[in-house]
This record gives sequence, C-alpha cells and structure tokens, in this order.
Amino acid sequence: MSENNNKATILVFSGDMDKVFAAFTVATGCAAMGMDTTMFFTFWGVKALQKGNLTGKGFFGRMLGLMNRGGINRIGPSRFNFGGIGRWMFKKMMADKRVVSLEELRKTAIDLGVHLLACTTSMDVMEIERKDLIDEVEAVVGVATYVQIASQSAVQATF
Amino acid sequence: MDIKVDKVQDSIGQMCPMPIAFMAKNMRQMQIGQVLEIWADDEGAHADIPAWCQQTGNEFLCEENAGDYFKYYVRKKV
Repeated sequence: MSENNNKATILVFSGDMDKVFAAFTVATGCAAMGMDTTMFFTFWGVKALQKGNLTGKGFFGRMLGLMNRGGINRIGPSRFNFGGIGRWMFKKMMADKRVVSLEELRKTAIDLGVHLLACTTSMDVMEIERKDLIDEVEAVVGVATYVQIASQSAVQATF
Repeated sequence: MDIKVDKVQDSIGQMCPMPIAFMAKNMRQMQIGQVLEIWADDEGAHADIPAWCQQTGNEFLCEENAGDYFKYYVRKKV
C-alpha cells in the first residue's frame, strides 16, 4: 500500500448518537486496518468530544450550553428520542446485545491511534472552549487542516 | 487443526467492530510469523477477518466451526 492511500478521514457534523456511533465504528475499523485515521468534529459533532460540563459565556451561549448540553453519554438518537426515552431504550437494547457503549467505542478508537480534531469556528460560535473538551483531542483546527488530510485519504466519510 | 498458536483472543459475545479492534491490537504486539487464534460468534467476522488480513497484508489461514462460535487463524506477515 502506498503512502497516499493509507489515510482515512471521517467528518462528523452530526451530534446524534446513531450517527456518532457509525462514525466511531468506521474510524475504529479504519485504524484497525492499519490506516492513519483522523476524525474532524464540527458543529453538533463537537458534542461527542465534550466533557459534559455546562458551557457558554454570554446569554445565548449559556442557553445553548444548557439546552444542547454536550458529552458523549448525553447525546440522543436522530429519530425516536422522545425527550431522552429513546436514548435510554437504545442504550438498553445495545447493552442487552452486548454492543459496546459509545464511550467505550471512543476509547477503543483512541487506543488504536485515531486522531481527534475539533473545529475552531463551531467552538467559537457555540462558546465551547478547549477545556470543555476531553484531553484526548489533539488539536483545535480549521478547514485547511481537514482539506490537507482529506486530500491524501483513500477513505473519506461524513456523518 | 495442526497449527502452532501463539496467542488466543476470546471475542465471543463481542459485536462489530470490537473483534477487529482487539485483533489489530493483539497483532501489533506479536512477532512476524506468529499465529493468532480468534474465537468469535459475530456473523460479520466470517467476512471481516479475511478482509482485515487482505487489507493489512497478513495471512488468513483458516476458520473452524466450534459449535456456538468459530475459530479463526491468522498469521502475522507484516
């Protein structure tokens, strides 16, 4: 395999549990297959990297932090969430079938060397700071970093 | 089966992508020429373990029906 097709880039825009789950599954697979894998989290996707504390400085930022609180265990499915009941149900069904939790899956991806990058603009707009993100996030970057790595990647996926 | 096994990975009960994730981790710690035996009951493993080998340049030796699960044998090549 040449240098050029041994990279994978996963763009995570969504903050929904199901889509984030799929994104981490693909990333874990790519890393397990020996690919140098990078995940970019933008907009709602940043929630999957947040520690889960309340965020925001101004009125709107704090409102957003309250109503759209981050943290990988707090995000709900894109459909049938019903104010958190769906999230509880999915978690229970997944545990019954011994599917790993989203948090364990993220840990597995990190262990396999997946790089986690967060988008600066999303964080600025939503008033999320670097300290609100888990320590494993390697850097807070812009679009040029994404394009540079994506242009060298054989596998690219967006969730 | 007459294969000298160097390490056994128990992935019974694990769903995709965990058997592959553990396999990648185990193989990283092994020496070239050594054999990993994987026990898995995830149906996806039938396709995924040979696919992993082909993609990474390792050798898929064979699979063996063990009743409730399958045993897969993989030799480290790279």
